[in-house]
Amino acid sequence: MDFNFTEEQSMIRDSLARLIREQYDFETRRSVVESDAGWRPEMWAQFAELGLLMAPFSEEDGGLGGGAIDAMVVMEEFGKGLVVEPFVPSVVCGGGFLKHAGSVAQKEEYLAGIMSGEQIFAFAWAEPKGRYNYADLETTARKDGAGFVLNGHKAVVIGAPWASHFVVTARTAGDRRDRAGVSAFIVAKDAAGVTTRDYPTVDGRRASEVYFENVALSSEHLIGEVDGALSLVERVGDEATAALCAEACGAMGVAHAQTVEYSRTRKQFGVPIGKFQVLQHRMVDMFMEHEQSISMTYMATLKLDEPEIERKKAVSAAKVRIGQAGRLVGQQAVQIHGGMGMTEELAVGHYFKRITMVDSEFGNVDYHLKRYTDLCAAEMAVAAE
Amino acid sequence: MNLEFTPEEIAFRNEVRAFIEENYPDEIKGLGAREDLTREQFLAWHKVLGKKGWSAPAWPEKYGGTGWTATQRYIWSEENARVDAIMPLPFGVSMVGPVIYTFGSEEQKAQHLPGIRSGDVWWCQGYSEPGAGSDLASLKTTAVRDGDHYVINGQKTWTTLAQHADWIFILCRTDPDAAKPQEGISFILADMNTPGIEVRPIITIDGSHEVNETWLTDVRVPVENLVGKENEGWTYAKFLLAHERSGIAGVARSKRGVEKLRQIASTELIDGEPLISDGEFARKISQLEIDLTALEFTELRTLARESQGKGPGPESSILKIKGTEIQQRLTELTLEAVGNYGAPYFRGFSEDGSNEFGIGPDYAHHAGPAYFNMRKTSIYGGSNEIQRNIITKMILGL
Repeated sequence: MDFNFTEEQSMIRDSLARLIREQYDFETRRSVVESDAGWRPEMWAQFAELGLLMAPFSEEDGGLGGGAIDAMVVMEEFGKGLVVEPFVPSVVCGGGFLKHAGSVAQKEEYLAGIMSGEQIFAFAWAEPKGRYNYADLETTARKDGAGFVLNGHKAVVIGAPWASHFVVTARTAGDRRDRAGVSAFIVAKDAAGVTTRDYPTVDGRRASEVYFENVALSSEHLIGEVDGALSLVERVGDEATAALCAEACGAMGVAHAQTVEYSRTRKQFGVPIGKFQVLQHRMVDMFMEHEQSISMTYMATLKLDEPEIERKKAVSAAKVRIGQAGRLVGQQAVQIHGGMGMTEELAVGHYFKRITMVDSEFGNVDYHLKRYTDLCAAEMAVAAE
Repeated sequence: MNLEFTPEEIAFRNEVRAFIEENYPDEIKGLGAREDLTREQFLAWHKVLGKKGWSAPAWPEKYGGTGWTATQRYIWSEENARVDAIMPLPFGVSMVGPVIYTFGSEEQKAQHLPGIRSGDVWWCQGYSEPGAGSDLASLKTTAVRDGDHYVINGQKTWTTLAQHADWIFILCRTDPDAAKPQEGISFILADMNTPGIEVRPIITIDGSHEVNETWLTDVRVPVENLVGKENEGWTYAKFLLAHERSGIAGVARSKRGVEKLRQIASTELIDGEPLISDGEFARKISQLEIDLTALEFTELRTLARESQGKGPGPESSILKIKGTEIQQRLTELTLEAVGNYGAPYFRGFSEDGSNEFGIGPDYAHHAGPAYFNMRKTSIYGGSNEIQRNIITKMILGL
């Protein structure tokens, strides 16, 4: 057992933290988030230059030989800086599909672009009526000779306005919600029949509703097995979830630290409010939630390559814990800041918003508590046999 | 970062597992740690471990520790929890032992450490007083120098299992005029057979006799029994409390507890189906297990820091609070799980595997008392509110 970071991982953390400190201060971020573009492509280029976008890929694939731990390190720093650029959609999700299931040709065509930052992926899996179930798909890819015809509507695709490509899940066989019959495709955003409606999210990012109308795809666009991609989709979803947990840890740490600092300076009844025991103990609770979230993020990230049931249980456990921790830390950070916590002007409210939205991405507390419980039942059934 | 055991660690696990299988005493198999065991039952495994040299793993090797790494200690507690082992009690091994080898004289080390390791000498803790609980430094018991002796007067309370004890370590006030309550306290060892020491039972809400009042009336103790320096006992007292906190999380034992709870919930029926298939209840177990995983990995991070020679990090203060909350919730859910049969109560009933009263399932008999008893955990060892004060001061810096 080893909880140490490698020298490379520490270097990534330090150089990214410096870059964010120098070029991603809160006021700069606010003006970027409110600009038309909503992000800074030049920032993405700098991330690429630092090697962040190639860090989690093997040397064989042209990466730096890291993995999920490297993505965790990056996302924790992104969380601290409320970075909006699409590392999870493009590197963790897009890159994850290619890493696990891409053909040599697909890796050549796309993975190099993801790592250089020239191509940006978004993961179009959610649908208006599917909630968190990857198999609850109305989007279809009808088999048509050697190819497919894609039709459907994907909901709240994070980072889609900045993307060049999508990974799209669609039903190619079976009935709605069947585990079998799900396939995944790489679709260029400029392909004929693809339209998007772009919008900002409550936490300062950008997303799109994405519509596919008779989009013609060839078998080269297929990633993973035809009709059998659900396990792959779940695996990438779990990797994205673990990375989001790391982001939440970064954001929670800052929200907590800012709250403690505020309580030191804000005076009421003639004393700093940090002298009140009721607030002290609440800030201790926030601290404990944050520390345990870090523990759970390590746990889940270290178990991403375990057999499926163990991986899913680990990721769900982490997402449950971090969703709950985020509620407490976010709400109490605003509460202890009092009226000031309600203002746009203070950073703490922005951390609160980001932490809150992490819970509803890739399955919230209720979803993951149920998934965990169902997996325990499945394990017990197997053990009983 | 990785979670894998090295081949050496796997070999160690196999060695430990085999040793436990071959040597865990038959007469205490299946009993589990409980407050109403006999002295012999409490000490049976401790004595085997003493002979093996494994009764005090965390001690420095020169005093009889094992020199195990943090991971080895983790494996050790996991393997013992597998068989519900009755482990050496903390009062000697985890509390007074480290104080003696750190601050005691060579004579004290020679006199006391072997008995603590072997399990031949039982220690109890003279800390709390009727007027000094969480505010420990307000203690009033006095020790007055009289020639070659201290004369101790006062009353200690919550003295756990003092009815079995051979020796007691007592915090006494030796300088009544000290400027601060923390100053003027001394740490003194006393033989329980010394005239003037009287132990009276306190029966707790679970009906058990686990704690006592210890009355000290003109107890004459040789001055050689003072540990370290006179009036500096508070430093040793705090050192002891920090040692008490390590291992207090009880992760391995709670993991075993979750397994047992799952078995109970698989047996109990609700509308003809196992309780475990009821979504509401199953999710409560899941939540408990998830919180336990968070505690486990927080403890592992702490152990990793310690094994690198860094002191316990900020995470370690979480272990007492979260560990005890989980132990309490475990008994709470067990009581919920057994339903109606949580109610029957037989004073003095001993859970020895037989069901002499023939009422309800065996696993239900102790559910109520266990739940009531475990409320102590958030009160003792520095109440969980005191732990939050410690974190406020030491970590948040407020």
